[in-house]
Amino acid sequence: MTTKRSPEPFAWLLFSAGGMVAALLVPVLLLLFGIAFPLGLLSAPDHAYLASVVSHPITLLVLFGLCVLALLHWAHRFRYTLYDGLQLKKYGVPITICCYGGAIVGSVVAAVVLLRAL
Amino acid sequence: MSTRDAASSEQRLYRPPVSLTWWLRKPSYLLFGLRELSSVFIAWFVVYLLMLVYAVSSGSAAYQDFLDLSANPLVLILNVIALAFVLLHTITWFGLAPKAMVLRLGARRVPPGVILAAHYAAWLVVSAVVAWVILR
Amino acid sequence: MPETITIEVWRYRPEQDSEPAWDSYEVPLRKEWAVLDGLNHIKDQLDGTLSYRWSCRMGICGSCGMTVNGEPKLSCSTFLTDYAPGPVRVEPMRNFPVIRDLVVEMGDFMAKLPTVKPWLVSGDDEPDEDAEYLQTPVEMDDYKRYSMCINCMLCYSACPVYALDPEFIGPAAIALAQRYNLDSRDAGAEDRRDVLASAEGVWACTFVGECSVACPKDVDPAGAIQRYKLTAATKAVKDLLLPRGAR
Repeated sequence: MTTKRSPEPFAWLLFSAGGMVAALLVPVLLLLFGIAFPLGLLSAPDHAYLASVVSHPITLLVLFGLCVLALLHWAHRFRYTLYDGLQLKKYGVPITICCYGGAIVGSVVAAVVLLRAL
Repeated sequence: MSTRDAASSEQRLYRPPVSLTWWLRKPSYLLFGLRELSSVFIAWFVVYLLMLVYAVSSGSAAYQDFLDLSANPLVLILNVIALAFVLLHTITWFGLAPKAMVLRLGARRVPPGVILAAHYAAWLVVSAVVAWVILR
Repeated sequence: MPETITIEVWRYRPEQDSEPAWDSYEVPLRKEWAVLDGLNHIKDQLDGTLSYRWSCRMGICGSCGMTVNGEPKLSCSTFLTDYAPGPVRVEPMRNFPVIRDLVVEMGDFMAKLPTVKPWLVSGDDEPDEDAEYLQTPVEMDDYKRYSMCINCMLCYSACPVYALDPEFIGPAAIALAQRYNLDSRDAGAEDRRDVLASAEGVWACTFVGECSVACPKDVDPAGAIQRYKLTAATKAVKDLLLPRGAR
């Protein structure tokens, strides 16, 4: 077992960071933009104000960190969901490539979308 | 021949098969499965968030289109389900955190309950700040 | 309270059965009787062919682990009256190959256990035989919980990851490794790291948490594994960032 150079600890650290960021930030954002505003429970912020918030560098940095870490969290956890839930560990290599590849592509898309808002 | 028979009967172990739906066997396994599935809804949230940012930076008409889309019943139902999964993620995540973290104050170990409470407090503060920024 | 209770026992007799089958037995229901007492009654009075392991009858030896009504239990500390009016279904521990009836093959665990060196590794080349290795109560608290493990393997029986990936080193072995890693007198953490921090070590665990639920001694193997993940990850980052001498 030559394991000290295994990438698992780094995948796990990113998974954990993503899990923590998602646990802290996603519920409030999803509650507001996914449920409260559409249902009219609260009135959605007007465009000019929200544009000023979104184009602020600190907002963009936070959102970029959230997107990248949340996607890496998904990649790690979904990989194991496929291994355990569907017993697909024998396809470990393609699954790993798809999950982390997806997270990397998603992160690039996030960077493009967020830079466009600057 | 007889020796071989003895050896093979000794090795006739019964290996119970693992069902493909093992996670339905016990409520705790099912909860685990749902917790693991929460990652899919976190990924969906990232997509939804990027759609919002894209719309906002494209102008007020695009933002209005996004608001209309978010009020579409299908999108709304998806987001209600997603919120349930995200809350399951948050609650189970905070529940597990004290297991991995062992903090010390001097020689004494910080009780797991305090670490748990600190996570919920952080959640409250972060949520309040985000809501204040958006709703101000 | 009824006078008797039905015990349904999972039977596998390799010399005659190709598939396992269920046998039912009616045993007296007494408030002081554990499932193991019911099995002993069957073996002594009803059917001498039934095979199972047991020894101490008091939750210390760890040999009578079984699946009782779907849950991993020590049959000596699981009482029949808790299942009245019955029936009580007794199966072998899950996730292990079955030799016969309720007797499982535990060679896999026995082979894995020594790979994590579950003993005190001395840091000195030649330890002083007369030396006392003192420890404060606070230092003992660090590992005491993990030292309660009786190797009953109920945690393996409860673990779906072990069912799916038999290479996984497993809950008890990792908890026992942590029992020594966290001992102030031990210097073996680096030796154990190769096994613990491997893909089949802590990283295989997805934290279902059922091992800690099943544990009859409140060892909390799931917590031990989570804690070691953080330790191993911190070490991996240090290995990457720091020059060899400064670790």
